[in-house]
Amino acid sequence: MTRWLMRRRVAAWLIFGGFAALPLIAAMTGDPYLVVVATRILAFAMAALALDLILGYGGMVSFGHAAYLGIGAYAVAILSRAGITDLGAHLGAAVVAGSAFALVTGAISLRTRGIYFIMITLAFAQMAYFFFVSLSAYGGDDGVTLAARSTVLGQDWLADDRVLYYAALAMLLGLYLLCVAITGSRFGRVLTGARENPLRMQAVGFTPFRFQLTAFVISGAMTAIAGVILANQASYVSPAYMNWHRSGELVVMVVLGGIGNLLGAIAGATLALLLEEWLALFTEHWRLIFGALLILVVLFSRDGLTGLFRGRAK
Amino acid sequence: MTSLFLLQLLNRVQLGVLLFLIAAGLTLVFGIMDFVNLAHGVIYMVGAYLVVMFAGMTGSYGLGLLLTLPATLAIGLVLEALIFRRLYDRPHLDQVLATFGLVMVVTELVKIIWGQSPLSILPPDALSGSVPLVGALRYPVFRLVVIAAGLAVAVGLWLVITRTRIGMRLRAGASNRAMVGALGVDIGRLFTVIFAFGAMLAGFAGAMVAPILSVDPGMGESVLILAFVVIVIGGIGSVKGAFAGALLVGIVDTLGRSFGPIILRAVMEPSAAAQTGRVLAPMLVYVLMAAILAARPQGLFGARP
Repeated sequence: MTRWLMRRRVAAWLIFGGFAALPLIAAMTGDPYLVVVATRILAFAMAALALDLILGYGGMVSFGHAAYLGIGAYAVAILSRAGITDLGAHLGAAVVAGSAFALVTGAISLRTRGIYFIMITLAFAQMAYFFFVSLSAYGGDDGVTLAARSTVLGQDWLADDRVLYYAALAMLLGLYLLCVAITGSRFGRVLTGARENPLRMQAVGFTPFRFQLTAFVISGAMTAIAGVILANQASYVSPAYMNWHRSGELVVMVVLGGIGNLLGAIAGATLALLLEEWLALFTEHWRLIFGALLILVVLFSRDGLTGLFRGRAK
Repeated sequence: MTSLFLLQLLNRVQLGVLLFLIAAGLTLVFGIMDFVNLAHGVIYMVGAYLVVMFAGMTGSYGLGLLLTLPATLAIGLVLEALIFRRLYDRPHLDQVLATFGLVMVVTELVKIIWGQSPLSILPPDALSGSVPLVGALRYPVFRLVVIAAGLAVAVGLWLVITRTRIGMRLRAGASNRAMVGALGVDIGRLFTVIFAFGAMLAGFAGAMVAPILSVDPGMGESVLILAFVVIVIGGIGSVKGAFAGALLVGIVDTLGRSFGPIILRAVMEPSAAAQTGRVLAPMLVYVLMAAILAARPQGLFGARP
């Protein structure tokens, strides 16, 4: 166990060190697009991390997490339209809105489990999707283009792609440390216990529902933060962020990296987006190959990438 | 007002019937095999594309429909043998991922074969007219045929499930899969039959709506998620529940869209009412689902929570 923790610490240093060095590499190779792609990767890594918290540790397969990405993104769009451009306000609004949506839909969804839970989270995400599609004040289906990125202390520092990148990296690091703290705490242990055997947890005197709902809300709020970054990176917000394919991709990222170890989610997000970018170089029908690979990975490997590595180490 | 109501009611029943055709196969697969199949919607889409293609080849919608049914049945058999069979005893997460991958693959294949832009097909000449309803209001014959066909399938399914040996095994499988296997029923073959049959129902639904809706690569998705709502409302594994849920969703959806703004106008400005109604109407179905779940987590006719 301690050895595993050591290895995780080394892996964390490698991953975050790699991300920190990336703009330097981009500057050397003279490819500014790299930083843009990497910012997207960081945003999705945050969302995947949030999903891993409930999926990997809580056993809750949410198939509607893209809704929170959209909520975070629309928090930026709506506040910016109202003249509030401060990043802190955007993040605050995203967290509040994401938590509220997670609290209401989570309280209903958690009355069920298994297949029901998957379908209901998907249905609620679709509800949010249709809400924003019919919100014609904010472009409806077409979405809105942001006039400018969020400001910090009234300054437009984030307009520089590299500053935005490092801000996103700092947030990812913060959220990762938060997740490490949560999963290592008593709360995290109860959550894992409720996944393994809710009946027994109840007998020991815990109410699994409360812990699961709290984790669900934390996860929703974290994903909304990822949405704020995503909106800033693209300077554009549309309901497409909450498309159910997006939710599916988030689950793919978590599983691809190996569920229930936090770093795997970050690695999975990185790998999935790089694969997407790479395949898109060859053909516009990259989804065909991506989907086929996905089917093969599920059929022939059980624990995703980290599972493959773990298998080799044994 | 009454004629508008009648028209809306027919449209709603039509949506309900369509949802039932899709949800029936899906709920059997969910209930009996405990299997999450996200790829059900793309089979519906493929059914619509196939009928367009076959009708183009044979010059007749009816022949096209006849060819589409065995074709979607065959697609169901092949997919079951290649992919789904290996996933039955896997966690739901694996099933979700593999079928999600399948959605990507099939959607892209459809785009490659038939292109991105929507296709359309005319209903057969004999059914292209319209019949008078009330006063000057007329309703297309083909839409009535769609409703009738859907209801006929519902009756047929009910007969199969309640009156035949395979139906008996289905019901037994839905309540206790392991016990049915222990009693000597070849559960693997039962699964194959259910799956292929569900695929054919979805293909049939796609083929029936092809002349009414535009046939495009995104058509399966919205319907798939509505079908989920139907199943959750009706109770997983219950065909009766799927029927009740489908009609309920169809009715609530239309009522919300057509009468929501009218009701809202009583409490707010007309323009604001129209705006609010447009935003709220699509959400009504999900609110209905949430309300039913809050009262009965296992759905209206579901046995298990």
